[in-house]
Amino acid sequence: MSEHETSVGFYILIFVILLVLTATTVGAAFINLGPLNPILVLAIATTKALLVVLFFMHVKGASEKMTKLVILAGLFWLLLLLGLTLADYGTRLWS
Amino acid sequence: MSHSSAATAQNPALRHHFAEMEQQRDAASLGMWLFLVTEIMFFGGMFCAYLIYRLQHFNDFAAASQSLSIKLGATNTAVLIASSLTVVLAVHAARHGKRKLLVFYLLATIVLGCTFLGVKAVEYADKFKEHHVPGPSFNFAPERMQGHPEQPPIDMRHAEMFFSLYFVMTGMHALHMIIGVGLFSGLTYLSWKGRYTADYYTPIENAGLYWHFVDVVWIYLFPLLYLISRHP
Repeated sequence: MSEHETSVGFYILIFVILLVLTATTVGAAFINLGPLNPILVLAIATTKALLVVLFFMHVKGASEKMTKLVILAGLFWLLLLLGLTLADYGTRLWS
Repeated sequence: MSHSSAATAQNPALRHHFAEMEQQRDAASLGMWLFLVTEIMFFGGMFCAYLIYRLQHFNDFAAASQSLSIKLGATNTAVLIASSLTVVLAVHAARHGKRKLLVFYLLATIVLGCTFLGVKAVEYADKFKEHHVPGPSFNFAPERMQGHPEQPPIDMRHAEMFFSLYFVMTGMHALHMIIGVGLFSGLTYLSWKGRYTADYYTPIENAGLYWHFVDVVWIYLFPLLYLISRHP
């Protein structure tokens, strides 16, 4: 059951990184980076989400491959939802 | 491995349709993740609606977003991340069979969760006072996006759309938090009673997964709702 023995110090390290990333994203919002602003904000959010999922939700050390498959399938479906809908709305302005 | 655990005395928490504790734990974890995937799709629909309207009415959304308090939003982000830490430490304590530490971290999580909800209530109250709640008394005063005099005037109806999405998304998120606080309250009681041991703490683990998921949703909600075009 203890296939992944993570120490308390490691959890606190992840916590500190998450706080630093939060401060970074707030700070970056006040700097004009043009079209890079939303990209940077989403990149930081995704990094934070990955840290939480991999280390706090223990997906990195999960023994069950089925769990990883389910998560990837879920993300794939979410990308279908967002990607195909935006591909539709994003191309309507042409006409 | 399966031979040795079958030979030893059975854990009372082991249900008869599972061969061993590890199999039972993996099955419960898989089931929890399947549930979380349905939650991803549930919130995904709202994020999708948000993205479409934001792309269509960017200036109105940016102006409406500027009326939200970054200070309160960022504070809440930090509070929620801290609660994720206490949850993971609770799971850690449970894994090592430390009952009192487990109860402590669960209580800390409940306190942080209630702090988040309290700050959210303050934010909602401000929005009511400012008449930013969609409905008959809705009013959005700024005529242009802050610091962008060259942009077209704000369409109040589109700003109202932003606030509709804001209230639905943060409201659904807050509802999930309330459910989470309820879950952890029950688990705190059972933990205090000594229900969970180093061999069996699956409910703590799965409630933790739920809480982290709610945290991840907020990690996306915060920048998308609060941080649109804040630069001058």
